[in-house]
Amino acid sequence: MKKVKFGVVIFPGSNCDMDCVHVLRDVLGQETLELWHKERNLQDCECIVLPGGFSYGDYLRTGAIARFSPIMEAVTAHVKTGKPVIGICNGFQILCEAGLLPGALIRNRSLRFICKPVHIKVETKNTPFTNFTKKVLTLPIAHGEGNYFIHAEGLKDLKDQDQIVFRYCDAGGKVTPESNPNGALDNIAGIVNKERNVLGMMPHPERCSERILGGIDGKHIFQSIIHTFTGQI
Amino acid sequence: MKEPVITSELVESHGLSPAEYEKIEQILGREPTITELGIFSVMWSEHCSYKNSKKMLRTFPTKGDCVIQGPGENAGVADIGEGWAICFKIESHNHPSAVEPYQGAATGIGGILRDIFTMGARPIALLDPLRFGNPEIPRNRYIATGVIAGIADYGNCVGVPTVAGDVYFADSYNGNPLINVMCVGLLRREDLTLACARTPGNFVVYYGNATGRDGIHGATFASEELSDASEERRPAVQVGDPFMGKKILEVTLELITERAVEAIQDMGAAGLTCSSCEMAGRGGSGIEIDLDKVPQRSENLSAYELMLSESQERMLAIVPPERLEDVKRILSKWDLPCCILGKVTDDGLMRVAHKGRMVAEIPAALISTQAPEYDPESKRPEYIDSLEQFDPKTFPMKEKSQDILLELLATPTIGSKRWVFEQYDHMVQLNTVVAPGASAAVLRIKDTEKHIALASDCNGLMVYLDPRTGGAMAVAEAARNVLCAGAKPLAITNCLNFGNPTKPDIYYQFEQAVLGIGDACRILNTPVTGGNVSFYNENRGQAVFPTPVIGMLGLIEKPGHITTVGFKDPGDVVILLGPHAATLAGSQYYYSLKKKIVGPCPPLNLEAEKRLQDFLLRAIQEGWIKSAQDVSDGGLGVALAECCILSRGLCGAEIALPEGLTPAIELFSEEPSRVVISCSPKHKNKILQEAEKEGVPATVLGRVQGNSLSMTGLFSIPVSQLKESYESFSL
Repeated sequence: MKKVKFGVVIFPGSNCDMDCVHVLRDVLGQETLELWHKERNLQDCECIVLPGGFSYGDYLRTGAIARFSPIMEAVTAHVKTGKPVIGICNGFQILCEAGLLPGALIRNRSLRFICKPVHIKVETKNTPFTNFTKKVLTLPIAHGEGNYFIHAEGLKDLKDQDQIVFRYCDAGGKVTPESNPNGALDNIAGIVNKERNVLGMMPHPERCSERILGGIDGKHIFQSIIHTFTGQI
Repeated sequence: MKEPVITSELVESHGLSPAEYEKIEQILGREPTITELGIFSVMWSEHCSYKNSKKMLRTFPTKGDCVIQGPGENAGVADIGEGWAICFKIESHNHPSAVEPYQGAATGIGGILRDIFTMGARPIALLDPLRFGNPEIPRNRYIATGVIAGIADYGNCVGVPTVAGDVYFADSYNGNPLINVMCVGLLRREDLTLACARTPGNFVVYYGNATGRDGIHGATFASEELSDASEERRPAVQVGDPFMGKKILEVTLELITERAVEAIQDMGAAGLTCSSCEMAGRGGSGIEIDLDKVPQRSENLSAYELMLSESQERMLAIVPPERLEDVKRILSKWDLPCCILGKVTDDGLMRVAHKGRMVAEIPAALISTQAPEYDPESKRPEYIDSLEQFDPKTFPMKEKSQDILLELLATPTIGSKRWVFEQYDHMVQLNTVVAPGASAAVLRIKDTEKHIALASDCNGLMVYLDPRTGGAMAVAEAARNVLCAGAKPLAITNCLNFGNPTKPDIYYQFEQAVLGIGDACRILNTPVTGGNVSFYNENRGQAVFPTPVIGMLGLIEKPGHITTVGFKDPGDVVILLGPHAATLAGSQYYYSLKKKIVGPCPPLNLEAEKRLQDFLLRAIQEGWIKSAQDVSDGGLGVALAECCILSRGLCGAEIALPEGLTPAIELFSEEPSRVVISCSPKHKNKILQEAEKEGVPATVLGRVQGNSLSMTGLFSIPVSQLKESYESFSL
């Protein structure tokens, strides 16, 4: 069976790096490389994962320093070739700081870190990351700064271009203010770029890829990527 | 700089007695330098030397089939089979958190993590047993929210999940909270690294943060009572840097798996002093360090300050010369400089040079082996005999049991801790199979069938009522909690939080509680692998409840044995394992709702407890049991409510208490050795028969049914309403 070559970037302070490696390599059986942030060569990886964590401690602004890591030049070049990148949690924050995705992630409305499962609605199947998912997914969030923000013009763009991929919703898939855990604008939990090859999302799909951990909704996101490349699952 | 003259005032201000000072002069054969005086004062502080507790700690059972490393190292290690081992330890950060809650708690997390990873274990879980004062007092709320944020920010950043812990609120902890932190690490047996510098010629390598003036005399601060003047101790509290914590975690594990070091110890309490002289002392070697090589972030640090600073996230490694290049390579990968401070020597001396002068020269081993040891006076406190006594004749109580149950569920101590654990990342590392909120957390051990269960427990009120029984109860409860998750209790670590040990009644509490813990550990076969003593937990002369917190490690051999609290299916039979209750003494009913301390402490029969625990484990392994919940704070009523609230779909139950009992006592008593289980109807008779054979009392209480908790003749409360009360408190 054809496999996809994934590369998981490790910044100092990343802490979901090995979780992503575990799911891609051990659960999904894909070839998975660990890419140290000082490298400039992505070693022909087809899909790059920027994992969650606290790169450089996130003391300044989340992701603000990681975007200057040497590997980010290679990631930017990779994006330009149209190949997929997925940024999860801190990875999403880094992608915004690097300008590979629009908008920013600010502190949660409660000003507290929140770790709990949430429901998200898949707003578009027209991405390499969601062509194999259900309509409503249950995935955990774990962040202090996941409150997505963008100016009105940017929001309009996101909507016009069908770039909003996930919205926080209730168990039935209704997007309501009560189901918004962090105050994100328009309940936005994940977006893609205009070219649709870069996904940033706050919930953690790697934490929901094995039944023993409570579900496999997250696995479907990775399987979508594999399906896009191979036509197989 | 001119060295100060050693006067008796200076000695006293270092917390050393005249006799202790005399001993220092004997060891040295001369008057100490100021730096040496500082070294002795921190190493002989209660916090580092255990001078008032050592004698009692020796009574703990510390041997057992599973024990790979007992007390005396940075942490204990237990074997879980297939080449895997669990390294775990609990520590307190009470005093720093009382004056600076956020940093006090954060640095507590940093410190306990380092104790684990220096042993070669990857930290896989944190647990936080916390005791706060009455939340109606603003200062206590400030402490609680600050502590929880401090734990969250450090633990979340380093990527170690916080999976369990217990939280109590009581007036007894006003102004002197107990912030205990437990860390659990996983290692391959062959990676076990001890903090022992054996080989002369090896380099002493410093890495991590630079040294500043923060935390000087932190260990001494931890060894005195809190008072109004404690605010001034704020500079003794260090500031945490979780990013550096994460880097040194990864670096240290890389150094150990590459076998590039002989030993590693962190510079925690008593800083460079403790790490250098302990590693040399344990290895029977000497150590030579040049303080000019220490990276410094303040100017003009004196030798005294450099030796005593407790700046965080600093490590000391002992490196064979032929591995120095490898160590440099690994450190530089993480952008950390490698600073060689000196060498291991063969003359047994700890030699410290600063600006070309020898500022300390002490026989390393003697600092530890000659440390003072006391046998403080112990006297049974008068309060124990003058406690208000529970009298069943003054019953029944006036209130409706329905109201009591809802009120109890809404108390900060009993109510859901969701508001706490949702601030902690409890999922990172992908091992958390049973998340916080259950009786115990369950983590998988990847690539094996095995799981571990973790719980921390101590009901300080019971220990106050009867220190020996209460101490044993803490162990028994922690064991029941991991059993209810399907695990065999393996071993414990403990954090013994008490008042001032030089007060005879406080020392009595300590001594008796230690004996009680030992009693329970022997019978339940859970040896003590290590722990920590925290004395002087007093605020304005008033001691906290004696609180010997137990951290329990349990092992689950097969995933099928994992058991959870919530009821599963309608029609399942609800059974109480253990005796019926006879007293409300020591209950949250009295303490939280009536604001009364009522004794005497309920008895604990350890033989019966052991029979119950063995039977429960067997019943779980045989597959007879679908849910299990320990009866503890709030009693059977609260336990049943939790079985409903924590079920999927909010299952209710129809319960009929056996006739002849006083319902209020049966429902709200906190007597030990009781567990609520549920089972499929087909296993009911088997369980009852086998329990009888094993001498374990078992009573059918009713069945899982509907969406209300109904107590025949008493009440019927919708589970949604129970849940609302249960989740009503938060800060």
